[in-house]
Amino acid sequence: MHPTVRRLWIYLTRNIDGTLFGIVLALLAVGLVVLVSASNLNTARITGQLANMLVALGVLWLFANIPPHYLMRLALPLYLFGLLLLVAVALYGDVVHGARRWLDLGVTRIQPSEFMKIAVPLALAWYFDRYEKTLRLGNFAVAVVMLVIPVALIARQPDLGTAVLITAAGFFVLFLAGLSWRIITGLAIAGAAALPFVWSALRDYQRQRILTLIDPTQDPLGTGYHTIQSMIAVGSGGWFGKGWLNGSQTHLDFIPERTTDFVFAVYGEEFGLFGCLALLGLYLAAISRGMLITANAPTMFARLLAGAITLTFFTYAFVNMGMVTGILPVVGVPLPLISYGGTALTSICLGFGILMSINSHRKLVQT
Amino acid sequence: MSSELSINPGVELRNAELELHHFQVRLAVAAGFVLFVFLLLAGRFFYLQVVRHGELYTLAEANRISIVPVVPNRGIIVDRNGVMLAHNYSAYTLEVQPDRIENLESLIDELATVVEITARDRRRFRRLLEESKSIGSLPVRTRLSDEEIARFAAVRYRFPGVEINARLFRQYPQGELFSHVVGHIGRINLREVEQLESEGLTANYRGTDYIGKTGLEQNYERFLHGTTGVEEVEVDSGGRPVRTLSRTPPVSGNNLVLNLDARLQEVAYNAFGDRRGALVAIDPATGGVLAFVSRPGFDPNLFVDGIDSLNWNELNNSPDKPLVNRALNGTYPPGSTFKPYMALAALTYGKRTPQQTINDPGYFMFGGHQFRDSRPGGNGIVDMYKSLVKSSDTYYYMLANDLGIDAIAKFMAQFGFGDRTGIDISGESAGVLPSQEWKMRRFNQKWFAGETISIGIGQGYNAYTPLQLAQAIAMLANDGVSYRPHIVDYIEDFRSRARTSLESRRLRELKLKREHLAVVKEALIGVNKEGTAARSFAGAAYVSAGKTGTAQVIGVKQGEKYVESRVQEELRDHSLFIAYAPAENPRIALAVVVENAGFGARAAAPLARKVLDYYLLGKLPAPEKRGKDNDASNS
Repeated sequence: MHPTVRRLWIYLTRNIDGTLFGIVLALLAVGLVVLVSASNLNTARITGQLANMLVALGVLWLFANIPPHYLMRLALPLYLFGLLLLVAVALYGDVVHGARRWLDLGVTRIQPSEFMKIAVPLALAWYFDRYEKTLRLGNFAVAVVMLVIPVALIARQPDLGTAVLITAAGFFVLFLAGLSWRIITGLAIAGAAALPFVWSALRDYQRQRILTLIDPTQDPLGTGYHTIQSMIAVGSGGWFGKGWLNGSQTHLDFIPERTTDFVFAVYGEEFGLFGCLALLGLYLAAISRGMLITANAPTMFARLLAGAITLTFFTYAFVNMGMVTGILPVVGVPLPLISYGGTALTSICLGFGILMSINSHRKLVQT
Repeated sequence: MSSELSINPGVELRNAELELHHFQVRLAVAAGFVLFVFLLLAGRFFYLQVVRHGELYTLAEANRISIVPVVPNRGIIVDRNGVMLAHNYSAYTLEVQPDRIENLESLIDELATVVEITARDRRRFRRLLEESKSIGSLPVRTRLSDEEIARFAAVRYRFPGVEINARLFRQYPQGELFSHVVGHIGRINLREVEQLESEGLTANYRGTDYIGKTGLEQNYERFLHGTTGVEEVEVDSGGRPVRTLSRTPPVSGNNLVLNLDARLQEVAYNAFGDRRGALVAIDPATGGVLAFVSRPGFDPNLFVDGIDSLNWNELNNSPDKPLVNRALNGTYPPGSTFKPYMALAALTYGKRTPQQTINDPGYFMFGGHQFRDSRPGGNGIVDMYKSLVKSSDTYYYMLANDLGIDAIAKFMAQFGFGDRTGIDISGESAGVLPSQEWKMRRFNQKWFAGETISIGIGQGYNAYTPLQLAQAIAMLANDGVSYRPHIVDYIEDFRSRARTSLESRRLRELKLKREHLAVVKEALIGVNKEGTAARSFAGAAYVSAGKTGTAQVIGVKQGEKYVESRVQEELRDHSLFIAYAPAENPRIALAVVVENAGFGARAAAPLARKVLDYYLLGKLPAPEKRGKDNDASNS
């Protein structure tokens, strides 16, 4: 290899974790294969998703090359900026499909809740790192407040899927930071007790989704339709699936949102149980690698951030596959790295970039 | 871990190690949770894809495959000479699925910019919408032109839930001529859905939107409809067919070939001019119905894809009542057309001989009440022949009194008066054949002897349908044997052309003495030769028998004179005529009622002449000469 090319290659790959990157590429490849079928060979969709992937991988590379302590410095400003945007959305946001999620900046429209998926765990990790030595119960209380404010703002947009993911990310930080078991148990009990109040605060369509989960057949043409059809798709796949491009549920338009939130139904129908287990295996590999990086992370900040990113990724996968197979209510959570769409893809790759950065900057910080 | 600020590095280090240990425990817990959840998911996959695979696979197939009914072609209806009375044509319709549309009004406004949608189309659509069972698609426009189809196709993406379909439509090319006999089809309503369910016919009507509503279309529904076919198609979630998997073709309905003669019907219908009334003509030897007219009629095509409210109100509220089938449901006093049967009764029961005479002073006194003859001053000395030829009322007042009501009722029942004929369209009225028992049942009152008198001249409680009058004269023409009147001659299998004839079922056989019949029949020939209908039948190339009649609409008070010109049109007498011809070997028997047209000789008899001329001689009536008809002979 020519020395210049060699140097460039080293420069490009020095902060990239080969294992994790390989897994990410494998998942993206699976995503493309499924998209070809799910979009009915729609070239525009496929090229669009390829472009999304390039952008996302660019972001991944970029964040892999930002040392964690820079991120740490940015944590609070990013968080506050994100909060500001959320408040702006609540006041001036555009309503799309009955939800106020978008902020029109004149040039482009952004969805600040997506941004908070990273900003919240980042800020919480920064906070716990800062008070590492004097960590008291009060700090956890502050952290909870830091978590609840954005979650509340997002939940009332309403955007239940993002709220769930951010809550999960925040909770993972609290949990890994050492939130005492007693408090966790207490919170769980309090949470259970608060369920009736949560129920009354939910919107009708949100309640309907939960009721549907309990018995999808009670409204087979309404809210239960998505779940029933996706369960039929997955179940009809059997051991080996109907084969790529051969899913009747997929190609006869019975699966709603089949390139985005319900893409797993397409996958399950065409690739069967073995395909599903293989995908589960890939996710597990990514999560294991993330956990390993977390375990080896040098600072409190890095550990908490890496752990939160890894577990959030897990939450994406679990919530999505759970809702498609009918064990979780339908919330707008995409299947990570597989669902069509640039936003979630980018924020997930951004997370992986941070993981790789934490991994590669380990020794630098320790010395 | 920055350590510049630490005072005691040892403690610091131990704390850090402890902390790291704590963290790793937490991480291990999290990893355990991840594994647990993934196992849960794997279990769920196994449950769906292995345990419930069979069931869910079946559901996926059921999603994919749709059983689509293929509606058979409805049988056609033709007259005895093959003239088309009801057939089908294929046309493109613009259809809307109301449950997929939010604002129908604005959608139709928008559609109107692409294809022409008239106010009538809108009214009709609204009516359909109210009546329909919410599911399925409803036509906004029918019979789209090729250009309109092309225009819509170019912009169809703007109209989800709107589509163009090729459909078969029923058409009645003869329009109002056969509205009451052929009837019409219409969209199936909820009551009919239940009816089909109770008969177990739901499966065969899957995909069928129309059903016979009236007339032959209703009565022969099960022959006309045919057998629905099945097509297995792969469909997408919107129910749109993707490809056909298998197909069982439908079997078209059978055709009806009628006894009716379309041109005879037309001659008869036109002969009414703008008068209201009915005419029924029957072949006495078979009971085949040759003409069945109720005037005014209406255009049955209006009803096929749902009539709009404006047209409906116009028809329904018209004082001429075009929707009423007068031949089947109009009941009229027979007037003097009752007299031939009275005469037969007199002979049969031995109350009169043909030669026996009475004196007709122009009235008959009974119980201090004067029953007037319609001829002032009377007909003088009257025997049976003259009583019919000149239509003496006095003769029959006396005769009725001599026979008594129950003998009259018993005899008349044998001719089918007051009884449904059993014709092959439904909803027939029975009319009223008065008797002591009937009055007790109907009014809970005793019969008064005085009421019998006017029964003798076909007035009083007497009320019969034109069909019954035709059936009775056909029976008389056929020497006392009658057949069930039937409009359909035979049913023809659409494929094999095999014919199923409607048997001529003997309905009644009356043992009448040949010489009695001869007396009455001769008198009826006399009516047309030298009697009340002589003018109408002057110069006829055949010998015919007939009897005029006038049915009172209002009672005329004692000592008052009925002056036609003083009476409101709708209260004027009905003009009636019964006839058969040729007299020696009758081929046609008919009854005519012309409402509010005065004496039977004036309107009904000339009308019957035109019909007989056409049927027997093939002679079309001369173009209508309008003018005052001064035939003032007695009825």
